[in-house]
Amino acid sequence: MAIDFVARGADLELVGIRKEFPGFTAIENLDLHIPAGEFFALLGPSGCGKTTTLRLVAGLEQPTKGKILIGGKDVTDTKAYQRPVNTVFQSYALFPHMTVLENVAFGLRQRKIDDPLAKAQAALDLVELGHLATRRPAQLSGGQQQRVALARALVNRPSLLLLDEPLGALDLKLRRQMQIELKAIQIEVGLTFLHVTHDQEEAMDMADTVAVMNLGRIEQMGSPEALYDRPKTVFVSKFLGQSNLFVGNVSSDNSNSVSIDIAGNKITVPKNRAEKHSGTIAVGVRPEKAFFHEEQPKLGADHNLIGPGEIIDIRFTGVSNQYLIEIPNIGKITVFAQNIGKSPVTELGAKVWVSWKVEHSFGLSDVPISTATESIAVQ
Amino acid sequence: MAIAAFGHAGSSKGTKNRASKGSAKVALLLLAPGLLYLAIFFIAPLLSLVATSLQTMDVSTGFPIYSYGFEVSNYVSVVTQYGPQIFRSFFYALVATLAALVISYPLAYFIGVKARRWPLLQGLMLTLVIAPFFISFLLRTFAWKQIFSSESWIVTTLQSIGILNPDQYLVGTPFMVIFGLTYNFIPFMTLPLYTTLERLDIRYLEAGADLYANPRRTFTKITLPLSMPGIVSGTLLTFIPIAGDYVNASGLFLGSTETSMLGNVVESKFLKSYEFPTAAALSVILMGAILLLVTLYVRKSGTDDLL
Repeated sequence: MAIDFVARGADLELVGIRKEFPGFTAIENLDLHIPAGEFFALLGPSGCGKTTTLRLVAGLEQPTKGKILIGGKDVTDTKAYQRPVNTVFQSYALFPHMTVLENVAFGLRQRKIDDPLAKAQAALDLVELGHLATRRPAQLSGGQQQRVALARALVNRPSLLLLDEPLGALDLKLRRQMQIELKAIQIEVGLTFLHVTHDQEEAMDMADTVAVMNLGRIEQMGSPEALYDRPKTVFVSKFLGQSNLFVGNVSSDNSNSVSIDIAGNKITVPKNRAEKHSGTIAVGVRPEKAFFHEEQPKLGADHNLIGPGEIIDIRFTGVSNQYLIEIPNIGKITVFAQNIGKSPVTELGAKVWVSWKVEHSFGLSDVPISTATESIAVQ
Repeated sequence: MAIAAFGHAGSSKGTKNRASKGSAKVALLLLAPGLLYLAIFFIAPLLSLVATSLQTMDVSTGFPIYSYGFEVSNYVSVVTQYGPQIFRSFFYALVATLAALVISYPLAYFIGVKARRWPLLQGLMLTLVIAPFFISFLLRTFAWKQIFSSESWIVTTLQSIGILNPDQYLVGTPFMVIFGLTYNFIPFMTLPLYTTLERLDIRYLEAGADLYANPRRTFTKITLPLSMPGIVSGTLLTFIPIAGDYVNASGLFLGSTETSMLGNVVESKFLKSYEFPTAAALSVILMGAILLLVTLYVRKSGTDDLL
């Protein structure tokens, strides 16, 4: 077989990918480059086209248009079994009629690699399941099956490892543990990982680069920190964490910043953190970067201040208290206050002002569809 | 809570014992009709058959009279006398079962896997598989006799292009009997195969492709092993009745005396020449042989839990 198997990961390039299914278009026009050795996450809600993208790369679907290159080689027209790619499936898809060891050795046997059983055993040891080699998949727990699926893919040392929400079926604690192990294995083996998930925490926790996908397009791509700090669209600001969004017309515009006017309140965003500088724009702030005050504070031009409003809901989540504050003519705003022993106010109905640093504002390229004049705080 | 639990421990144990005794009675009662049915319609006839097979024959009156005995030589004589028919039965059954498997598997695979996206097509094809049952299989078998008769265009064509000699015919040949057997039992092969393949998880096949198995390897290493339960039940459902079939091989239908199977001998001994011990001994041999073969087969195919 003419397949090149490399010890290290290869880069993946998608050029102008379009995928149509009867009745709908799953992917509109996708360009993507994943450098070799990177942990890349495709993040999006179900139906956004992320799993289709992964299946296209694996060769389980054929693109309607576009090219797929792995390690610089065009693999668009090659079959799944000819691609140097392995997948950890969402359902794991472990062969029920084979032992765990035979499952892991399967790929090696197909490629006629020497000593498949010893290598499979080593891969099982890597995921700490060496002692379960003779079991059938049905005799393992979900977490163990997940690790077998990982070993079955990793043992082939593919140029590119595809992970299709492999942690989705695990409980929270096991998921966190597997996230850490997965990341450690990725660093150890140096393969390129393409991880598809709808869990934003998982994506931010593990990936070097996250691409947020929506309706068959990539909305925004970047490091988890950059995406969280500076979302560029309403969708990203909502999907990756929570955001308070304010929509208004630009009222003043100087060399460093733009401000919008909303119900007599001025909200300013630095120019280099705003996608649009004129017309109606949406400005947002993360709930944990906003503060509230029981008395109107005296703040400089480096702060945005709105209010007064009323605390209408308080939720205790352990790490933080989450306050929902309703400000007349502006709407509901969420503020997280770290639970450090002394919360500013814990009473419902208290009259408060909300402030945040101008440098924490971000300006979006689009505005929320639901409301054009009133700002919304998205949960 | 704890005290209450202790207080009730003794009595609840007693209740449980009483309950299990009671439920055993109920279970027995519920099983009784089934057990009775089996005793009357299976065990008793079986014992009667075995007893008949061991009967001794007395011809001193010039007329064969049978009386119960322990004539094991009946078995020896039927095996020596009807060896070819016994062999033919199992040979035809084997060939016809394999032919049915080869024809049914792709059909069942198409209906159960490829046609999943079109439930209407799936339903239509399944109906077509079962449709022949709406016509008596005697009629259908007889129809084949007409289709392949010596005057039919099929035979004359085969003769004219030299596949058959001018004096060769199809009806009455082993080919024709195996053809009829295969045809008649294909639905019994297709349906169990379909039920297994219909549940086949495509994701295993995708995983196979992802792990470098080409379509042929994916088939032999994944699809085929996963469809073993269907193959085993399908082959059993065809092999067992075919081995005892007496219609297709009969001279009235597709066969001739040259193609007589065990069933034909049993039929003629029971219904024509009234040699009951011979017929009974042959039946017992058929049953025993099938039982043995099936046991070996199921063991070998590793699907014990299926039965």
